Amino acid sequence: MRNLWLFILRNNAFFLFIIFESAAVMLLIKHNRYQQASVINSANQVAGVIYSKADQVSSYLELGSVNDSLVMENARLRTRLENAFVGKDTTKVTVIDSVQHQQYTYITAKVVNNTVIYRNNYLTLNRGAADGVKSGMGVMGPKGVAGIINDVSEHFSTAYSVLHKDVRISVKLDSSDNIGSLAWHGMNPLLASMEDVPTHVRVSKGEKLVTTGFSLFPEGTPVGTVIDVNRGGTKSFLEIDVELATRFQQLQYVYIVVDQFREEQQLLEDKLETP
Amino acid sequence: MIRIFIINIIRFFLLVLFQVLFLKNFSLYNLAIPWFYILFILLLPLQTSNFLLFLLSFLLGLSVDMFFNSPGLNAAACTAMAFCRILLIRIITPRDGYESTVEPGIRSMGLRWFLMYSSVLILVHHLVLFNLEIFRSQEFLLSSIKAISSAVFTLFLVILSQYIFSKRRT
Repeated sequence: MRNLWLFILRNNAFFLFIIFESAAVMLLIKHNRYQQASVINSANQVAGVIYSKADQVSSYLELGSVNDSLVMENARLRTRLENAFVGKDTTKVTVIDSVQHQQYTYITAKVVNNTVIYRNNYLTLNRGAADGVKSGMGVMGPKGVAGIINDVSEHFSTAYSVLHKDVRISVKLDSSDNIGSLAWHGMNPLLASMEDVPTHVRVSKGEKLVTTGFSLFPEGTPVGTVIDVNRGGTKSFLEIDVELATRFQQLQYVYIVVDQFREEQQLLEDKLETP
Repeated sequence: MIRIFIINIIRFFLLVLFQVLFLKNFSLYNLAIPWFYILFILLLPLQTSNFLLFLLSFLLGLSVDMFFNSPGLNAAACTAMAFCRILLIRIITPRDGYESTVEPGIRSMGLRWFLMYSSVLILVHHLVLFNLEIFRSQEFLLSSIKAISSAVFTLFLVILSQYIFSKRRT
């Protein structure tokens, strides 16, 4: 026993290394596998407040471009208002439309922290559980898909950016409705790739990519544009390079997508797995 | 003694804040990303006890992780770095040892010693960090290239900071 103690004392560096390293790796694995609430992320009070203070300074510098994008978006939405259309006949009837239910509502949020250069990038948003944000909701920028909510605290939430190794978004080609999934392979924050598209599908450069109805986003939300297509040698899938619609370096305001039917759908689908 | 203690505490917070507020999103062509905060571990006094060294490295990594949403990632890299620091110092210590409070630095140890010491430790930290971040064998090559180029960048900042901030030996 005494020898054992002496051995441990003499090599204490090694044993301390094992203890601390396994603690760190355990934290890492737990975070990756369960994506559950943990204290060590930027949704907590300390990091959240520091980030939003720093953002107050830096967002001042980008007010101009933010204004431009908001005005553009307003213009786009205005063209879809009812009064932007001229009725073809002169009689005007108001129909209370009970055929359509509202499925999606949006929570606006300010991006208080955003990274683009790492392999796994995250957004921190200034809306939390108090505003109705829940883990797993989609996040949209003004131009297209931006990420997925990961963790929520009272007043902040963190989201996986599309620029993350584990984020895959169900997308389809706008013209032909062929589905695939969008993944990001590091390096360039402007480029991603569309995967799982079989080689017989005809894809042309410049084609638009939108979300499918299986994703967390309303069907048809813009994702990006095809800029290059490769046969990929002997592989049975195409390699499609996509220019992302969202400019992640300039992301300032986002919308959190609330799907009113998601819980109902989830409940129904859960029954499938446990007969 | 107290002075060294206070200086290190202040350095801890300053480096974490500097990393998080200024070096966040700072990279050269998305290839070299500086992780300058590890200067704290490099500059801890040579006679720091092993337990304290590990504890401080772990906490340093964890507080950076808090801001980067990667619990355990930087902590794991810093702990590995601390272990290598112990081994490295054991190898390169002269037989009669150092003064007990001496702080590793260019002024106190000389450029050659410090360059060797910091480049090895920075490289270890970066290799662990970049490969643990992705943890996929097919991206091992790319992340190692990124790690090495980032290590060069970090080393440059570390040496620069030594010339700017450290006091001349009296």
